[in-house]
Amino acid sequence: MLKIEQVSKVFYPGTVNEKTALEDINLSVHEHDIITVVGSNGSGKSTLFNLIAGTFPVTGGSLTLDGKDVTNKAEYKRAFTIGRIFQDPTKGTAAKMSIEDNLVTAYKKGMKGLRISLNSEIREFFAEELKQLSMGLENRLKDNVGLLSGGQRQALTLLMTVLSKPRLLLLDEHTAALDPRNAQIVMDLTMQFIKRYDLTALMVTHNMQHAIGFGNRLLMMDEGHIILDLTLEQKKELTVSRLVEMFKQVRNKEFDHDETLLSDS
Amino acid sequence: MLEGIFVDGLIFSIMVLGVLISYRILDFADLTCDGSFATGAAVATMAIVSGVGLVGALVLAFVSGAIAGLITATIHNELKVPGLLAGILTMTMLYSINIRILGGRANVPLLKVETLFQKIPKLLGGIPSAWALLIGTLVIVFVVKTIIDIFFRTDLGIAIGAMGSNEQMVITLGMNPKVLKLIGIGLSNALIALSGGLLAQYQGFADANLGQGMVVQGLAAIMIGEFLFDSNRITFITLRVVFGAIIYKGLMFLGRYYGYYINLTPSDLKLLTGIMVIVSLIIAQTRNAASTADARKKALKRNKARRDALAGKGGDDAQN
Repeated sequence: MLKIEQVSKVFYPGTVNEKTALEDINLSVHEHDIITVVGSNGSGKSTLFNLIAGTFPVTGGSLTLDGKDVTNKAEYKRAFTIGRIFQDPTKGTAAKMSIEDNLVTAYKKGMKGLRISLNSEIREFFAEELKQLSMGLENRLKDNVGLLSGGQRQALTLLMTVLSKPRLLLLDEHTAALDPRNAQIVMDLTMQFIKRYDLTALMVTHNMQHAIGFGNRLLMMDEGHIILDLTLEQKKELTVSRLVEMFKQVRNKEFDHDETLLSDS
Repeated sequence: MLEGIFVDGLIFSIMVLGVLISYRILDFADLTCDGSFATGAAVATMAIVSGVGLVGALVLAFVSGAIAGLITATIHNELKVPGLLAGILTMTMLYSINIRILGGRANVPLLKVETLFQKIPKLLGGIPSAWALLIGTLVIVFVVKTIIDIFFRTDLGIAIGAMGSNEQMVITLGMNPKVLKLIGIGLSNALIALSGGLLAQYQGFADANLGQGMVVQGLAAIMIGEFLFDSNRITFITLRVVFGAIIYKGLMFLGRYYGYYINLTPSDLKLLTGIMVIVSLIIAQTRNAASTADARKKALKRNKARRDALAGKGGDDAQN
């Protein structure tokens, strides 16, 4: 459903700060793929996501989404197909607005009309959906989102994202800023929603166990290249140390991310 | 006398509602206001003088403000300059335009024509005219406030609020923030110009300098309102704006009326308004710091209680 061909990204071209973030990336994402993406800081994972979402334009190459060329399509237009969740829990919700106002904004994607948004029927629907999060938010519809904890906000963001009915989900380390308990809750909810709504997903994670344990495909990135692309079969036998070993073989250097090696859950 | 302050405050409150939309709801520091307020006054005055009906004059004022807002939003959107600069550009250009609208003069009186504020007492015959004016203005403000309340409960209104709080979220949800800004800043300045059109009729003239310092006055009124009560519902947010506007005008009246005891002249009022905004900011900040400190203390206490409980439990285990 997503085809990335020969995509590259150069920041600040022609200046002393010129930096190639991605080089000739080719990637084909199939319907219902759940792909985990690992790589050290600066390897180009976030840049790749920004290019797919359309936050900034590609330097070269093309992007095809659902058979349509979206290389030059504005971010807000691609958003009809793409749902995106950031690492920062404050990025996905509007702090100064109530939970119900946030949900109603997400419920219908795209430009809005002059219909009165909320009524008892839709509030009941939101309360019902919020119950799935088991965080008691169904009783706090009128509370401002700014009052929620990071975990609650990220769970709400997740719910808002799936309610907006995307087909491709981009998860950019969406549990990394949460404490382990909340990270687990949000992760479980994510997988639950992906299954229920039949989504295709790309998930960046720093957690090697998550990368190996979740999804049907694993990508490893380094210095702007995709250096490993493992299928479900190959993933089955994988361990963290084996993955680090593979990295060493491919790149002929040490895997330099202590955090990934130390994280255990 | 007292009714006068209320009428003045109510007319002013429509302007403050406009400032509320740009500053608080859109989080867009818009200085167009200083120009568009006078534009509204100028357009309404010239329309009335040249025989357009009173309602028509107010509609034209509203539209002229909307156009000013659209220009600011377009400069900001397309040239990627900060909202503040875009607003200053429009405001400065409007100063020349306003004098053009007034036919090359800086001041045009509404002398031999009937304005809305002369018509209202006639319509409400039997009531003392000061009270009739108050009731008439109250109705106008109530209608405007209700329309705003309803607008910010529609899908579009909520989306505009969401953009003010988090622009990335609006993009992620498939909306073009440029369009939302055009609508929001346009509406904000339309209200500001409408207020200008009403004020010109109330005081009986339009002046090219009418808008000077309006933004700060609007902010002062908003902040006074925010001290009254806390709410995230649009109905109450707009209500406290109206209260804040009236209280602000009351304070300014006191300053003008009794100020001479302490050697205060009308020209000092802008200084006072600025100081009022600064004091409001200081109070808000102190309050904020106090509540954070309070929360911190509570958190420490909770943690200590938890540690103690754990230590106690651990001790029990050891004994067993």
